[in-house]
Amino acid sequence: MTDAPRERPLSPHTTIWRWHLTMATSILHRASGCALYGGGLILAIWAMTLAAGPEAYGMFKAVMGSPLGKVVMFGMTLATFYHLAKGIQHLIWDAGHGYNLKTATMGAIATIAFAIAATLAVWIIAGMTGAL
Amino acid sequence: MVQLVLPKNSRVQKGKHHAAPAGAKKVKTFKIYRYDPEGTENPRWDTYDVDVEACGPMVLDVLIHIKNDIDPTLSFRRSCREGVCGSCAMNIGGRNTLACTHGHEEVPGKDCQISPLPHMPVIKDLIPDMSMFYAQYASIEPWLHTTTPEPQTEWRQSPEDREKLDGLYECILCACCSTSCPSYWWNGDKYLGPAALLHAYRWLIDSRDEATGDRLDELEDPFKLYRCHTIMNCAQVCPKGLNPAKAIGEIKKMLVDRVV
Repeated sequence: MTDAPRERPLSPHTTIWRWHLTMATSILHRASGCALYGGGLILAIWAMTLAAGPEAYGMFKAVMGSPLGKVVMFGMTLATFYHLAKGIQHLIWDAGHGYNLKTATMGAIATIAFAIAATLAVWIIAGMTGAL
Repeated sequence: MVQLVLPKNSRVQKGKHHAAPAGAKKVKTFKIYRYDPEGTENPRWDTYDVDVEACGPMVLDVLIHIKNDIDPTLSFRRSCREGVCGSCAMNIGGRNTLACTHGHEEVPGKDCQISPLPHMPVIKDLIPDMSMFYAQYASIEPWLHTTTPEPQTEWRQSPEDREKLDGLYECILCACCSTSCPSYWWNGDKYLGPAALLHAYRWLIDSRDEATGDRLDELEDPFKLYRCHTIMNCAQVCPKGLNPAKAIGEIKKMLVDRVV
């Protein structure tokens, strides 16, 4: 043993925690928000290629219409609806309601359910109208 | 700052195994975080096969049994053994709670894992350094601030105003909530954390307190208060069933109310 006390270790946190639904939906809110930065970029590229003429726009459509592009767009739809739903829960919280544990957990379930339902609805409608 | 992986000196290694005594009736394995400040090694997970028929039903009973009969080197804080003092707060089965009021059978899974309160500097085994936590509590000045002359007898409060303190005064400062909060993990040096903020709200709404404005000024800070993102871990784990997230939400509302 030396005279100098050694630096205290940090106790484990992320590796041992058993997650709650409210915790998972909270981090998903941030993750979907980050993903939507990418979505904003895609939107900007869409507008730019549209302005640049038919050739550039055709390329944009080809890329986004490819299977990989469709997967990205599906993810963006999911992120948009999820972020929207969780944002509404945050608005309700900011108004001072819904802090009760049961209500908050129900809200977490509702945000996930809404995101999935709304995404499927949009893609089914897109499929039916021939937009895909 | 967000640091998902433990620093080098904190990585937990495989530790010793203590087998159950011969003739044990009902054996359950407890995986316990150990750290010896006088040694040179990293923290480790020791496993203890405990005859749970030989001790009481609570996790604290198991810990005391281990210390008495299996391994006297195990260190942990405990005092009242009835959920009033808050000394035995620790992470049990992935959630923060009090060892004295949490039955080991309540923990899901076959084994039971026990570690100190998360993301805290460890003094020894299950004992974290709480200095920062207490300093944060002190920083909200948890006592009555008044400017009017002291009354001859006591400061009066109506039953209705007293009722506003219910759900707040019961806090025992065990730190289960603050150390469950990812925001507190990443910004524990600047964010006050759920426990201190719950107490801040307790004084903000005390009808006898006359420093509400000053108290709100102190809290109006991007880190002290607004690192709360309503993750709700605090309310999920509070062993007293309190809701710090709601108290923090009320403070945010008070800050909005005074400018609109």
